[in-house]
Amino acid sequence: MNRIRNFSIIAHIDHGKSTLSDRLIQSTDIVSARDFKDQMLDTMDIERERGITIKSQTICLPYTGSDGVLYNLNLIDTPGHVDFSYEVSRALASCEGALLVIDASQGVEAQTIANMYLALEHDLVIIPIINKIDLPSADIDMVKAQIESDLGLDPGPAICASAKEGKGIADILEAVVTQLPPPQGDAGAPFKALIFDSDYDPYRGTIVHFRVIDGSIRPRDRIMFMSNNAEYIVEEVGIFRIARIPQKVLSAGQVGYLIAGIKTVSDTRCGDTITHADKPCDSAMPGFKEPKPVVFSSMYPVSTDDYPELKDALEKLKLNDAALIYEQDASAALGFGFRCGFLGLLHLEVVQERLEREYDLSLIITAPSVKYEVVMSDDTVTLIDNPALYPDPVNIVQTREPYIRASIITPDRYMGAIMNLCLERRGINTNYQYFSSNRMEMVFELPLAEVVYDFYDRLKSITQGYGSFDYDLIDYRTTDLVKLDFLVNGERVDALSQLVHRDKATARARQTCKKLREEIPRHMFKVAIQGAVGGKIIARETISAFRKDVTAKCYGGDISRKRKLLEKQKKGKKRMKMAGEVMIPQSAFLSVLKTSE
Amino acid sequence: MKAMAGKPAGIYVHIPFCVRKCPYCDFYSVADLSRIDSYVDALLHEMAFCEKPRVCPDTIYFGGGTPSILSSTMIGRIIDGAFRFFDMSDNVEVTLEVNPGTVDASRLSAFRDAGINRLIIGAQSFDDEKLNFLGRIHDGSEAKTAIREAGRAGFENIGIDLICGIPGREAGDWEKELKTALSFSLPHLSCYMLTIEPGTPLYSDMEDGRFSPVAENLAADLFEVTMEVLDRAGYDHYEISNFAKMPGFRSRHNCKYWTGAPYVGLGASAHSHVKGERYWNVRSADRYIARVSSGLSPVDGKERPDTDQQMIEAVYLGLRAAEGIDSRAFELRFGRACNEIFGREIATLSRHGLLESCDDNRICLTRQGKLKADAVAGRLIGCI
Ligand SMILES: Nc1nc2c(ncn2[C@@H]2O[C@H](COP(=O)(O)OP(=O)(O)OP(=O)(O)O)[C@@H](O)[C@H]2O)c(=O)[nH]1
Ligand code: SF4
Ligand SMILES: [Mg+2]
Repeated sequence: MNRIRNFSIIAHIDHGKSTLSDRLIQSTDIVSARDFKDQMLDTMDIERERGITIKSQTICLPYTGSDGVLYNLNLIDTPGHVDFSYEVSRALASCEGALLVIDASQGVEAQTIANMYLALEHDLVIIPIINKIDLPSADIDMVKAQIESDLGLDPGPAICASAKEGKGIADILEAVVTQLPPPQGDAGAPFKALIFDSDYDPYRGTIVHFRVIDGSIRPRDRIMFMSNNAEYIVEEVGIFRIARIPQKVLSAGQVGYLIAGIKTVSDTRCGDTITHADKPCDSAMPGFKEPKPVVFSSMYPVSTDDYPELKDALEKLKLNDAALIYEQDASAALGFGFRCGFLGLLHLEVVQERLEREYDLSLIITAPSVKYEVVMSDDTVTLIDNPALYPDPVNIVQTREPYIRASIITPDRYMGAIMNLCLERRGINTNYQYFSSNRMEMVFELPLAEVVYDFYDRLKSITQGYGSFDYDLIDYRTTDLVKLDFLVNGERVDALSQLVHRDKATARARQTCKKLREEIPRHMFKVAIQGAVGGKIIARETISAFRKDVTAKCYGGDISRKRKLLEKQKKGKKRMKMAGEVMIPQSAFLSVLKTSE
Repeated sequence: MKAMAGKPAGIYVHIPFCVRKCPYCDFYSVADLSRIDSYVDALLHEMAFCEKPRVCPDTIYFGGGTPSILSSTMIGRIIDGAFRFFDMSDNVEVTLEVNPGTVDASRLSAFRDAGINRLIIGAQSFDDEKLNFLGRIHDGSEAKTAIREAGRAGFENIGIDLICGIPGREAGDWEKELKTALSFSLPHLSCYMLTIEPGTPLYSDMEDGRFSPVAENLAADLFEVTMEVLDRAGYDHYEISNFAKMPGFRSRHNCKYWTGAPYVGLGASAHSHVKGERYWNVRSADRYIARVSSGLSPVDGKERPDTDQQMIEAVYLGLRAAEGIDSRAFELRFGRACNEIFGREIATLSRHGLLESCDDNRICLTRQGKLKADAVAGRLIGCI
């Protein structure tokens, strides 16, 4: 066990975690130069395309220290985006230490602080890494000062590195074995392991990722999941080296995977404890806090026949994405689908893209909503995250919406702009503090509904990329909520309805009508798009009719060709949704999601 | 005793030769005239020796290409062949498409003597600039001369083809064209909106930005003007692009295409529709000649539309004709009522003034509907 080190790499988004992981992997030559590619651990298409990490990834590196001892280092690369902080906390649960990467030119940002606190909650030893020192704008002294002032950590042990140029890598590896503690645990005790992730292999079933706390596990062991007592016979155990490498045994302190022919999706829950069925450990691990979805939206297959495929895909995706929740939903315009909960808008986009790419589905997504509390006249409180289920306003006494505490870290010259942005978003500035003479933290209380859309993008743009933001849900507060409906030639399209604050209703209605006007193709008759609250029309757009669509000649030789054309069109129309007499394309529903002003 | 009951058939004879290819044309024709003799032989050969459906035709239609490039003797031979090898009806409409640049008074009389009783003169326009844009081999005065001489040669059933929507021309100009056409008091007019078909030289010119096509609004105006002017002049708008003075002057042959009647196509690239089967001959004239003269069938492909496909055809072809979709005939044919299938859409489209029901059993396009015939058909077909 003394030869094992388990650690995560954590940081604010884009500070270079995955690139640093690449260098650490390369320094141990477990991957041939030919097989190597940048951001090696970002394996999903969507990660590679967007250049961000979405899923934590584990890899086991053999490393011979300067003391001549061969160590096994289990490295977990984590995502930096705020939507995926849940991934970070799960990763941390199986580690003793963390490398806290800080971009030498950006300095400490909001998720640097947030992730450091997560590491401290898990009692991890933290080694600060000042990365990107090759950049001309790198300011090592400034970062060291921030480590001390913003993070309250000793900048002394901080290691300067350039993941890009491979500088400081040897120092980091040495620090990992000398400064991070080896895992604790009793190899002789009954088997006890913590599930921190899983994924699905169509041939082998669920692949469970776990950290052995006590005891050991071998193929043919009979194991039990403690949350539901489900039992399985282990087929294979192993470690991660990009590929899965089977092992004869995994024992206390090790990180690896197991395969046990698990096809029942619900049997593997992240945070669950695994033990031996015959000789169970006495108590389960505390597990993880359930990830709390904050944004809700419905997903419908464009082709209604694909509903079973969507259901199946969500089940499989959930295995790999514990934060995703969903339940059946139905719409008059779109048929059957699912109401899904997400950790944020990026999470929503990722789920959508993965369903479309990995499962070849074409989807319609409805406008995201937060979860509201609705107090009814009989004093009951209903939770509503779906506009379709919003009660008749005459029965509503009060509505409440979730608020967050947002911490924004920024150079102070953007203070005014940030203030305006947050006020426009119905925020209240509760506090601010200077970290240094020109860097500050501003704290706002904001309705969550106002940040889910494009708050982060706006913040980035008004601060020229220097502002960063982190948030926590705090409470529910009284609000003035209305249900905004959209009518197309007089027909209400349920999938377009949104819950919004009364003051924002008109602006949102106008914006949505305009988007719909752009996306709905011209028809042979006029199409009126209206936004309405209650019975009152508050926004309107019209799509004029096209005037001519007729083939000039249709004689003997044209008939088959023309018919084939019509058959093709007919097929294409299956992908359109009918709202009364108007055909609405998928893109119109999607355009409503992106409400950039 | 005639061979078959049911709707009388038509014979279409394709003559794939032109003096010169027009840049907008996507019909199959070639400008190499050296093969005309062997082609005519092949046509007769096809009639005499190839497997023929047992039909009872009451029309013969010479289309092209430029069928008026043929000598009257050749035309006569083909007509005689048709009478010899098909069970022709007693009263046959025999149409010849005429390019004004290929005829004079004596040739026109000779065609009449050979058995032609209806002429469609491809004037296209009376404006030399437009004719030049279209790359036609004749000018406006030649077009007028051909029309006059056709009358003098004794033809009564004369129609002309006109093209509107020629880029760079205004709507007012089109009215002038229509007036000129009306001045001849002809019983039949076809007005086609210029369609710039992919693959034609005109299309490449457009792609290269040498001209821009007529805007949708202008095109719609042109169509509306056509309908108004010709309605006032007493023409019956019996198909999207076709107008006739009295029902008797409709193209008996072309109506077969829109009513699902049988027709037999002879010659290269000709299409046939017999007993629910659609088939077509090889496209190239050379291959056609080679096949037929070596005793092989010229048929290149065939299909038998299934019920849904037949419904699609019945809908979009039916809508093009003034009589619309005969809902009783539709129900008899398909065993399902129009209303059951299309009821909702018919209601929507009627509400928007695009469809109307006539004589309580026919579903017809309104004047506005005619401008959007394809889109209306598309909506109805979506219900099938
Ligand atoms: N100049 C320079 N660029 C670096 C260095 N390390 C990383 N980068 C660049 O910074 C960007 C982000 O790097 P990643 O490794 O993907 O960052 P990350 O922290 O994994 O990002 P997320 O997973 O999205 O949170 C990429 O364009 C890298 O090439 C470095 O040492 N120097
Ligand atoms: S004359 Fe008629 S068939 Fe011949 S090329 Fe011109 S348009 Fe085409
Ligand atoms: Mg990364």
